[in-house]
Amino acid sequence: MQDLGINVLFQGRNFIRLLEGLWVTVRISLIAVIISILLGIVLGMIMTSKNPFVKVTTKIYLEFIRIMPQLVLLFLVYFGMTKVFRIDLSGELSAIIVFTLWGTAEMSDLVRGALVSIPKHQYESGKAIGLTITQIYLYIIIPQAVRRLVPLAINLVTRMIKTTSLIVLIGVVEVLKVGQQIIEASRLSVPSVPLWIYGVIFFLYFIVCYPITLLATKLEKRWNS
Amino acid sequence: MKIMNETKALLEIKSLKKSYDKNIVLKDISLDIHKGEVVVVIGPSGCGKSTMLRCINGLEQIQGGEILLQGEVISNQSKNMHLVRQKIGMVFQSYDLFPHMTILENITLGPIKAQGRDKNEVIKEAEELLKRVNLLDKKDAYPRQLSGGQKQRVAIVRSLCMHPEVMLFDEVTAALDPEMVREVLDVMLELAREGSTMVIVTHEMQFARAVADRIVFIDKGEIVEENKPSEFFTKPKTERAKQFLNMFEFNAVKGI
Repeated sequence: MQDLGINVLFQGRNFIRLLEGLWVTVRISLIAVIISILLGIVLGMIMTSKNPFVKVTTKIYLEFIRIMPQLVLLFLVYFGMTKVFRIDLSGELSAIIVFTLWGTAEMSDLVRGALVSIPKHQYESGKAIGLTITQIYLYIIIPQAVRRLVPLAINLVTRMIKTTSLIVLIGVVEVLKVGQQIIEASRLSVPSVPLWIYGVIFFLYFIVCYPITLLATKLEKRWNS
Repeated sequence: MKIMNETKALLEIKSLKKSYDKNIVLKDISLDIHKGEVVVVIGPSGCGKSTMLRCINGLEQIQGGEILLQGEVISNQSKNMHLVRQKIGMVFQSYDLFPHMTILENITLGPIKAQGRDKNEVIKEAEELLKRVNLLDKKDAYPRQLSGGQKQRVAIVRSLCMHPEVMLFDEVTAALDPEMVREVLDVMLELAREGSTMVIVTHEMQFARAVADRIVFIDKGEIVEENKPSEFFTKPKTERAKQFLNMFEFNAVKGI
């Protein structure tokens, strides 16, 4: 029994520390996700504009963020800002900035897509029964856009949560980093410990992300019935 | 045939001009429509007949002339267009029900939200109208559960429930399977019989002949001929109308 890695989990504060790490992950994701969704909705509506200047600017932003690997963005903000502008950002704040930039870009494109996918005659039918533009958006366009948006947005949220594991590399101690520390401390005495700790981390991510996916399926079912 | 009296027309179109950039769609259309009259507009594809309906309903800006409803100018108004549209019902080719609402919600949205009418009263009326088009059992269904013909009948009811002064029908049967066409046309015939004012764009010539008080033939953006249906279909006055009507005739291939 002395070799069983699971025991390491319950030594000292190890499990509590993992949960604390998980909380860091969830906190960063949650803040970034909420800001991204709000800004993304606004930006997505702006992106449906026909103004060429608005179109080009938003397109450049979107493509720039998409092409850049998230890790490069993290390094750019965390190290780059300090070196060039002498702004000393904490790892956690850098992470929130980067994930918000990324999330907003992705979200805005989803919102734009959902809005333009509503056929033109839906607007016209609304007009034909004498609704004002505000009423058309309120009762016809937005409810339909939301139904198209939710599954995609939820997919984005889980992707963002998973990708926060990269912030280990700018020194933020989140769930993965805590796991590594625990492994480092007991690798020699308990060789099987990485399997157990990473296994537990897998379940922790699963516990966070699965309910979100479940919610998406439930909403989709309700709207399609 | 209704009597064309001398009272002021309900809807007046005065030298209407419509163009997209340099492409002129309607050159100079003038047309009066009286209360209780059924006007059927026919003409080749792309002649501008659908565009004319869209101009009447303010879905398109116009480049010249004006359109009056009950003596008031309604063309190129941006401010209170939604109030004007409450008096002009329009049914489209592609039925366009709102997919996220039930049939009943589709019908009652306009009267409740745009006109601010009492919900219970509107629901009662909607149910009566649905009963008339034999679709009361579908009131809680969603549009995707209905056939094309059923959807189009609901679209007509949705428009009727607003109590419009005039109804515009834009090729409402063009997207339907042949066996669905009849049920929709029957609803329109019924409305005509009750004295609704209607402007109908259609390619169904038999139907046009049966329903119309007056036929307006449009070609290349202008009114070529206005005539009673009985005369238009048997002895049209203009050469262009003759040619157009000939397209609907087939000569026997082998001859007998």
